[in-house]
Amino acid sequence: MAATALDSEITKSDKYSILLPTYNEKENLPIIIWLIVKYLDNTDYDYEVIIIDDGSPDGTLDVAKQLQKIYGSHKIVLKPREKKLGLGTAYIHGIKHATGNFIIIMDADLSHHPKFIPKFIDLQREHDYDLVTGTRYVDEGGVYGWDFKRTRGLRCYEIYFRVLLQWWQKQLKTATHSNIKFKFTIYKKLYKKDILQKLIDSCVSKGYVFQMEMIIRARQLDYTIGEIPITFVDRVYGESKLGGSEIFQFAKALLYLFATT
Amino acid sequence: MTKLLEWISVISAVFAVWYSIVGGYVKHPIIDNNISIILVSPIIFVILFGLYAATVVLYRVFTFNNCEEAAKELQAEIAEARKDLLDKGMKF
Repeated sequence: MAATALDSEITKSDKYSILLPTYNEKENLPIIIWLIVKYLDNTDYDYEVIIIDDGSPDGTLDVAKQLQKIYGSHKIVLKPREKKLGLGTAYIHGIKHATGNFIIIMDADLSHHPKFIPKFIDLQREHDYDLVTGTRYVDEGGVYGWDFKRTRGLRCYEIYFRVLLQWWQKQLKTATHSNIKFKFTIYKKLYKKDILQKLIDSCVSKGYVFQMEMIIRARQLDYTIGEIPITFVDRVYGESKLGGSEIFQFAKALLYLFATT
Repeated sequence: MTKLLEWISVISAVFAVWYSIVGGYVKHPIIDNNISIILVSPIIFVILFGLYAATVVLYRVFTFNNCEEAAKELQAEIAEARKDLLDKGMKF
């Protein structure tokens, strides 16, 4: 009896810190915040959104300040940085200021819809996973607005990734969910805070590759991983930050992980 | 063991077998009759693997789920969000 009471006490005190690193996202930021509030205020979950703006020249920070005024500083927390310092350090910066015991990482570009967040949380609670990741490959998951070239690029990368890094790998513990052994998941994720901290400490790469390395490290460290099918709608506003040089960086970083992990 | 070491050990094991056959260290009538195929077998293997990879990529490109609905839903929600935020005093 006492244990049950204690459990519910812990559950009640769970808090989710959503980290939103931004760079030139003044169009997307208000929408994504509005959507997060819409879908999370429907639930009893306690949360905060931490906006980490890397000195965007388009005035993203001003937009963030307006949003903070509307929704309150307990919900919208601003932790801007002077200049563009990259995704990896943005997460470290965000975790330092997070008051929740769970961390949710997502892009601010609307391609990851906040309606999936409660599903992430529910699945984590149900199985006590160390982390939950989104996938576009099972059930109703998928993408919108990608042309042939881009889909082909992604699919080529998957093969490259799989051949180099996951050829003889044992299957991940994903319970009822599909086998993520062969998946190239770099998308929205929910982490236990201490797990994320440990993962970040064990990672060496930066930028986009950082997220990829995290999933590789998670497997090495034998963390339990849950999976939620998500849809990916290509960005409505602004330019994609995944250009030719990033793709080259990706390839290089994969080779590096190949040689070191 | 890193992935690189795993690769090196598997490739060298396969190479050792191939070289012992091609180099004439192992004698067998089957080997003698098929020596030309065995000689080029690594190239054949690489080509087959390339074909396999290309097929998988194309198959997956064409079976990728296109979420028309999700895009429509998002557009509607963007419009709703802008309107609501304007009402709350947001300046775009």
